[in-house]
Amino acid sequence: MNPCHFSDARRGFLKKTASLAALYLTPSILVNAVAAETIIPAPIPKEKLHLSINGKVFDLEIDARTTLLNLLREQIGYTGTKKGCEMGQCGACTIHINGKRTKSCIQLALNHQNNQITTIEGLSKGDDLHPMQKAFLKHDAFQCGYCTSGQIMSAVACVREGQTKNRDMIKSYMDTNICRCGAYQNIVDAIEEVAKSGTKI
Amino acid sequence: MYNNINTTILQDERVDGADKTNGKAKYTAEYQLPNLAYGVFVTSNIAKGTIKELDISKAIAAPGVLDVIYYANCPAVPGYNPNASERPKNVNEWRGHKVLYDNKVRFFGQPIALIVADSFENANAAIRLVKTVYDKEEHETNFDVLRKDPTKLKPAVTYKRGQEKAFATASKFIEAEYNIPIEVHLPMEMHATIAYWEGEDKITLYDKTQGPKSTQSTVARTFGLQEKNVRVIAENVGGGFGSGLRSWANVPAACIASKKLNRPVKIVLTRPQMFNLAGYRPQSWQKIGIGADASGKFIGITHEAISNTSKYEDFREGIVNVSRFLYAVDNVDTKYNVLPLDLSTPIWMRGPGEASGCFALESAIDELSYQLNMDPIDLRIKNFTDINPENKMPFSAINLKDCYAYGKEKIGWKNRPNKPGTLKENGMHIGYGMAVGVFGAGKGTASVRAVFSKDGRLVLECAVSDMGPGTTTSMTKIASTSMQMPLDKIKFKLGDSDFPAGPSQGGSGTTSTVGSAVDMACKTLQQNLKELAIQFAPSFANKLITEMEVKNEYIYLTTDASVKISVTDLMKLSNKEVIDITITSNGNNPSQMKYTSNSFSAHFVKLGVDPKTGKVKLLKVVTTGDNGKVISPKTARSQMLGGVVGGIGMALTEQVQIDHTTGQIINSSFGTYQVPLHSMIPHIDVWFVDKPDYNVNPIGAKGLGEIALIGFSAAVANAVYNAIGKRLRDLPITPEKINLKKV
Repeated sequence: MNPCHFSDARRGFLKKTASLAALYLTPSILVNAVAAETIIPAPIPKEKLHLSINGKVFDLEIDARTTLLNLLREQIGYTGTKKGCEMGQCGACTIHINGKRTKSCIQLALNHQNNQITTIEGLSKGDDLHPMQKAFLKHDAFQCGYCTSGQIMSAVACVREGQTKNRDMIKSYMDTNICRCGAYQNIVDAIEEVAKSGTKI
Repeated sequence: MYNNINTTILQDERVDGADKTNGKAKYTAEYQLPNLAYGVFVTSNIAKGTIKELDISKAIAAPGVLDVIYYANCPAVPGYNPNASERPKNVNEWRGHKVLYDNKVRFFGQPIALIVADSFENANAAIRLVKTVYDKEEHETNFDVLRKDPTKLKPAVTYKRGQEKAFATASKFIEAEYNIPIEVHLPMEMHATIAYWEGEDKITLYDKTQGPKSTQSTVARTFGLQEKNVRVIAENVGGGFGSGLRSWANVPAACIASKKLNRPVKIVLTRPQMFNLAGYRPQSWQKIGIGADASGKFIGITHEAISNTSKYEDFREGIVNVSRFLYAVDNVDTKYNVLPLDLSTPIWMRGPGEASGCFALESAIDELSYQLNMDPIDLRIKNFTDINPENKMPFSAINLKDCYAYGKEKIGWKNRPNKPGTLKENGMHIGYGMAVGVFGAGKGTASVRAVFSKDGRLVLECAVSDMGPGTTTSMTKIASTSMQMPLDKIKFKLGDSDFPAGPSQGGSGTTSTVGSAVDMACKTLQQNLKELAIQFAPSFANKLITEMEVKNEYIYLTTDASVKISVTDLMKLSNKEVIDITITSNGNNPSQMKYTSNSFSAHFVKLGVDPKTGKVKLLKVVTTGDNGKVISPKTARSQMLGGVVGGIGMALTEQVQIDHTTGQIINSSFGTYQVPLHSMIPHIDVWFVDKPDYNVNPIGAKGLGEIALIGFSAAVANAVYNAIGKRLRDLPITPEKINLKKV
């Protein structure tokens, strides 16, 4: 196997968030190998979930297997948070939970009773973009835009957590977020600018 | 450190950029339709054979499951079983693997059934309930072994000018083999389709595609529909790099399921499925022989290649073509075979053919330069040609020497050691390398609708899609220049097959092709406005069109600028709501008969190799593009940055690994197939020649999506050799291959 060059920061992040991944989101290829004698599952009873998303309170009844990401995208219609792998490896689904950046694809929604969720939609105020969103636009820190929500949510956390002393520090923190179009240099430029501006975000 | 022109902020943001930063931009899987059902594939866990038994009884009884579709219950699809008499015309034919059609397994992970359920969770949970019994057959997936067996290869395509294998007669020559593994596009947005039938013979699809018209035609052909009854929407495409250049299994499967269940069905591939259900760059083996006389003049190039395809389709790309035309050499022979394997079919991936070919050719030239004791840039200049030696036509423009001059200066080429392995900085072996990239630059056919309204706004429409380079931005800029009107009054709409026909976004052709059509539409509109002025504005009565110009939303008399009328006043005066035109810009450009057109790039790399771990650390990259006029500097720069990042992956980390005992891809995730991350990216300096090439099209622009990546991996390999004196000809260049103990 080709060794993975994940930085320590990335590995730490994966460790923190990956524990729930195996519950049911195994790739279909692997599931197939198990196959066979399984009994037909009983209908899944709906469970109650109370949480706040972008300052709005939701009282929901959901399928217990629903991930936070699928809850946002499929049921509430907040599609700004993206699905890129469902394994906690790409960062496209990054949101803030009680202020901490988290990969929503490997979080079961029911584990977030009473939590405060912030998604990309909650970052801007109406049509007025958040300073990090403005910086991404100014520095052309994306091409296709699909990883951008996750990059911006991580970028905001990066600045808030003070991981911006130099470019290497920013890069290391941002290694959790893949950009296949390769806008990395512009993303770091955007984060550096927001950090240096001293704007409270 | 970062204080140079390339970090200067260019004040020209993407016109559609804000919605990509605030989450409003909608991608395929994000359209909310009432009564939407979710489809997930059950995939094979053998590589080749026949399904003897596929038991869906438990899955279909599972909560929320609406249907399990497979070969035994799949409705008839006209294009799956084409009428033999129609065959030559290719009417009603699906090209590719016919998903859900028969009980044959052609590759590991092939979809064998589609579970459709009322929720994503219910659909996923039923996958494990499908029971399959196979009759397994021996599969062939091992490229490295099978390519050596000539009976396994399809007949070769050959080319020859001058003398065959002339390189071996030269005073200095090298002959070497190069290997590139399978690489996967892996756009961040996974391939997805939502299909719903609006009537018996009318369907709408939201689809991740690089060509709404291409998908429209595919679906029409497959389901026996009229093209006008197939609508394909692809408003935003989350990357592609080639994977969206054809329709994959998710497209017909969603159409079939939606028809069978009479409700909208959404299928989103999983990330592991993105490794074999949406194409890949084929594995390739190449052998190059290249020789030169003592002065460095090339005597001959011999370039052979084999790349893989699937057993059920022939996929070829132009791997060896670059050796025929990039340098002045009289004797060239090439040979290209494909090797069918029990894998899914490859597809063009960024820089198709040339990316693989340039890795080999540009590595070989570098290797030869050391034999000749000559600077590799001087060797390239020595063999420079501005006439394409293959077709004997002059290049419409070739400014590679400017690229060399800029790159040499900016990378610090003067510090490059002539003797490899002799420079150390901060405990690392330091090396410098460069290589060239080239890709064809043509202009195709595109139609554009232009609607100019009485309030002075312009809306343009074309059925292209944008996978990220910023088509909307560059088209708006072209329109603004051609119409001489402000950017913010122009809107360019794309991503809908109902718009006038545009090309697929591929082969670096969108700006040239669609841009020329936009330019033509705007010039036609200007003409129409001038005619209206003559007809309705008294001050222009009896004037000639040739005496008039349209500028800054006014129509002027060129001989007397005080005679003018604003375009909005003119629209009012002529009592027109809109001027609504649709034009077609033809791909046949007369100067294409006189010139051969390409975009070129030269990449320069400074890197360090850690003597303890063998890990390569890129320290600096300078990338230069010779692609005519740069329409949108900011997005063009981003495209070059992206090409370099893709090239870093190709050079250092990306490789699909197959377990040949099962035929299964064993690293189908971002955790195991390493793509470049933030921390792998050094400072990248981007520069363009930026000289218009009007021989290609009236806007003078040529594509750059491919040249951004092509050649980059060779620049890295050449720099690694310069650093440690070890020539690495197999990608990716991983620490274990560098293995410094053996240096």
